[in-house]
Amino acid sequence: MALFNKAFARLLNAALSILGSLVLVFFIIYMMPGDPVLSMLDPSTATPEAIENMRIQLGLDRPFYAQFADYFTNMVQGDFGQSLITSEPVLDKILLHLPATLALTLASVIFSIVIGVAFGVLSAVYRNRWLDSAVRIIGLFGISMPTFWSGILLILIFSVQLNWLPVMGSDSLAALVLPSLALGFVGAGFIIRMVRSSMVEVLDEQFILTLRAKGLSERLIMYRHALRNALIPAVTVIGLHIGELLAGTVVIETVFSRQGIGRIVADAIMSKDMPVIQGVIFFSAIVYVIINLLVDLSYSVIDPRIRKSAGTR
Amino acid sequence: MKDITSERSAVRLPKWRGTKIKGGLSASNLSVLIAGFVLVFITVCAIVPSWIAPYAPTFMFSDEILVAPSLAHLFGTDYFGRDVFSLVVHGSRDSMIIGVSAVLIGAVAGGGIGALAGYIGGIIDAIFMRVIEILMTIPGVLLALAIAAALGPSLKNIVLAIAISSIPGYARIMRGQMISIKKRPYVAASRSIGASNARILFWHILPNAWSPILVMATIGLGSAILTGAGLSFLGLGVIKEVPDWGALLSQGRNYLTAGWWMATFPGLAITAFVLSINIAGDKVQDFANPKTSKGR
Repeated sequence: MALFNKAFARLLNAALSILGSLVLVFFIIYMMPGDPVLSMLDPSTATPEAIENMRIQLGLDRPFYAQFADYFTNMVQGDFGQSLITSEPVLDKILLHLPATLALTLASVIFSIVIGVAFGVLSAVYRNRWLDSAVRIIGLFGISMPTFWSGILLILIFSVQLNWLPVMGSDSLAALVLPSLALGFVGAGFIIRMVRSSMVEVLDEQFILTLRAKGLSERLIMYRHALRNALIPAVTVIGLHIGELLAGTVVIETVFSRQGIGRIVADAIMSKDMPVIQGVIFFSAIVYVIINLLVDLSYSVIDPRIRKSAGTR
Repeated sequence: MKDITSERSAVRLPKWRGTKIKGGLSASNLSVLIAGFVLVFITVCAIVPSWIAPYAPTFMFSDEILVAPSLAHLFGTDYFGRDVFSLVVHGSRDSMIIGVSAVLIGAVAGGGIGALAGYIGGIIDAIFMRVIEILMTIPGVLLALAIAAALGPSLKNIVLAIAISSIPGYARIMRGQMISIKKRPYVAASRSIGASNARILFWHILPNAWSPILVMATIGLGSAILTGAGLSFLGLGVIKEVPDWGALLSQGRNYLTAGWWMATFPGLAITAFVLSINIAGDKVQDFANPKTSKGR
């Protein structure tokens, strides 16, 4: 019951955060310079009356709070408005391109977790030896390379030079490899560093010495006992990093000319297509909040102590 | 605790502990040395680019268009016949301005908000922190993207966008510091002798609270430069005669098959810069937090 209450409180908090972020995004877009009506109607041919009518029709003549109330009422009913450029409903547009972006995000998360945890553990186990140094350098590169550059390098090597993988497109599995490597490398870098430092800390604990004294195999000590204790900070990093991943898709989808919601928002920013920008950013804020909620709740799965103290906290 | 460790060293060390690198020029010291050199070099490039760059960045070698790297053109030439090395050297200024000013603004504003919230507490604290929490629900890069798009493309707006999106991190850290430090006895002591709030805040608390902000700012500098380059890569910067590294890379992206060097070298510059900052940041962190330092 305590766990349920805690989850409920978190959920309420998350909903409030999402609502707040909606207001914030709406406000940012509201401040955007440039008249969207002028990008829809050609000012050289349209009469001032036509422009004014269009503005009234879109509700842009009304004050901020009224516009927000309208948007919010519609949104709750699943209507995110229409693209100012193509007149497509925003929600349809997002849902149409969501699978490609989800596939990309998922592939890079898996890549970064597998590489990050494996290398992080190796690095901690062989700490201060050459393997550790090598892995730490890889991790540093991961967090220091711009994704658009690693993406371009991958294209240059594997598509232009070796001709192994397609440069662009989003339909085949092969086209997913390079973008998810480029995107996942950043996450791998963060996770390597986090897992290494928390593993190093855990390996110095007394209970590891006890386990060794008891004659447990190194492998069992590392994976069953040490890694499990080192995982919480790593999971936090992964959760926070998902947000960066979502944003990273904007750049990566542009580099690889993939279809996806990142690409949609990049195009929408260029054409000042406000409802689309709003929709996508709001959408990713929801995803981000939900993922971090899951991360929060997963602590109690990873660490029984948190589960037990749930009632007292 | 001490006894146990000394006893532990008496027994044979388990083999995973390995040998610790001590004295001499270790791998880690060497990397710090190289990073320092790169940072100094790029700073010189940003301040006086004409000392380093062999040619004017805007000069077009009309008979040397898209020439591969050679001794005359270290990084090759682009589709206008401009020398890519000179472009990269001159582009360092904007990239550095973006990173440094975004971090300064973000750290001062975020630190200020956090300090006030933490020091005053109560309703002000609750309101500030709620706003900060909301800012945090939007991933930093996406928030910067939205702000940069809302403000319109310019260098100043990129800086503002990155600075605003970094405020929550600084504010939270500073608030935490404040809350823990304001309860210390020396703060109560100075209050009891009649020190004003401003004096306590600036004279007694802040000097003891700023080191985590410094650590965060060094790490933040790297990511600010990356985000800035990313925004500019997406076309949110200004189109100028001398583009920054992100814009240079974006131009080179259209010529991948014709000239790999156009996109490769600006990216290399970004990576070298950010890598050096991160290496330096790790050092600063070790220094500020000796618990996680060297031996570990």
